Amino acid sequence: MIKKHWYKILAVGLILYTLWFGLMGDVPRKVVLNESIRNLYFHVPMWFGMILILGASAYHSIRYLIKPDMLHDTKADSTAKVGVLFSLLGMATGMVWAQYTWGAWWSGDPKQNTSAIAILIYLAYLVLRGSFNEEQQRARISAVYNIFAFACLVPLLFILPRLTDSLHPGNGGNPGFGAYDLDNRMRMVFYPAVIGWTLLGFWIASLRTRILTLEQKEHE
Amino acid sequence: MQPFVALLRHEFLLEWRQRNALGGILLYVVSTVFVAYITFKVVPPLAWIAIYWVIMLFAGTNAVAKSFMQLSAGRMLYYYSTVHPLQLVAAKLLYNTLLLWTIHLLTALVLSVLVGNPVQDMPWFLFTGAVGILGFSGILTLVSAIAQKASNQSTLMAILSFPVLIPVLVLVIKLSKQALDGLDRSLGYESLGSLLAINALVVAVALLLFPYLWKD
Repeated sequence: MIKKHWYKILAVGLILYTLWFGLMGDVPRKVVLNESIRNLYFHVPMWFGMILILGASAYHSIRYLIKPDMLHDTKADSTAKVGVLFSLLGMATGMVWAQYTWGAWWSGDPKQNTSAIAILIYLAYLVLRGSFNEEQQRARISAVYNIFAFACLVPLLFILPRLTDSLHPGNGGNPGFGAYDLDNRMRMVFYPAVIGWTLLGFWIASLRTRILTLEQKEHE
Repeated sequence: MQPFVALLRHEFLLEWRQRNALGGILLYVVSTVFVAYITFKVVPPLAWIAIYWVIMLFAGTNAVAKSFMQLSAGRMLYYYSTVHPLQLVAAKLLYNTLLLWTIHLLTALVLSVLVGNPVQDMPWFLFTGAVGILGFSGILTLVSAIAQKASNQSTLMAILSFPVLIPVLVLVIKLSKQALDGLDRSLGYESLGSLLAINALVVAVALLLFPYLWKD
């Protein structure tokens, strides 16, 4: 993980900025959406963050297969867990938003289904990690599954929802927020929000890595 | 190439010697179809597709699960010292695909005989199904190799493979429904293209990753 402190300060700063301007700033008035458009600052960054963090997890797994160092495995583990946390938060914020705009918590939308499947894949990864006694073997085999899962996740999240009709903004003929809603004021909050939440995710993952590394040292 | 052919031949021989395993899968298909037949009497067309793919999913998982699990430690060591892992996984992959295609045809046959066949474009149904099953085979072969290393094999086989299988399943069911309604084939080209792309990805990643699973 990144040892520097600057990114932690940046993460806190950006999130405080997002919270203040995300809740207090001016947003375009749209029919149906109304104030719920602010969810863009909280829901969408979770998915951006999740993809980046899970990508980092797959990257650490590849590093592990190239050079078997337990540190890579620990990093892959902690980033995957933060990825699952982000996906659950993304799901929760999405469901609250859907209740107020689509009229139901769960309407079987392709985006909802695919993200549920993505969560299942990574929970399966965590179960797989739990079913080995030997550390080296666990690290190697779960690394293989992690890379395989990420390779399958990419078509799942990006290709499949575009094939079927969806209510989700940006799908099935519905304009994405970027088309006309995302005016420059919103951009000024949205991009910092994505960066801020993602950095926070990496910070949590680095803390977990440090705790796990200390635990491993204690066992030795 | 020589070891590859030998391995493939060996797989067929093993299957032939343990005919009860193959018979088990056959019986599995027949009894599932029979349960559906008893419950529905007349199967609605959409339910036909659902039953078909549920049977394929479970029969396929059971059939492929044993491909690495039944290997004894001694035989693993023997393979390890004599063949390249790529040749082994390619042989397993090809064998599993052929096995799943057999189950595919068998399920279609049994289901058609017992409950009738509402599919209007059967050749297209069988073809797109066979393409989807190629993806099944790639995913299940790698996952069975992963699950074989862990302690709770059969549970892991299901939870590791099902979520990963869903993208393939969604596409293949979409194509099956189009074949059911006898829609124009060109409507399915886009889905078929995505399916082929996912298959290529899955098989490539499986071939790339298998050597890392193998070295113990």
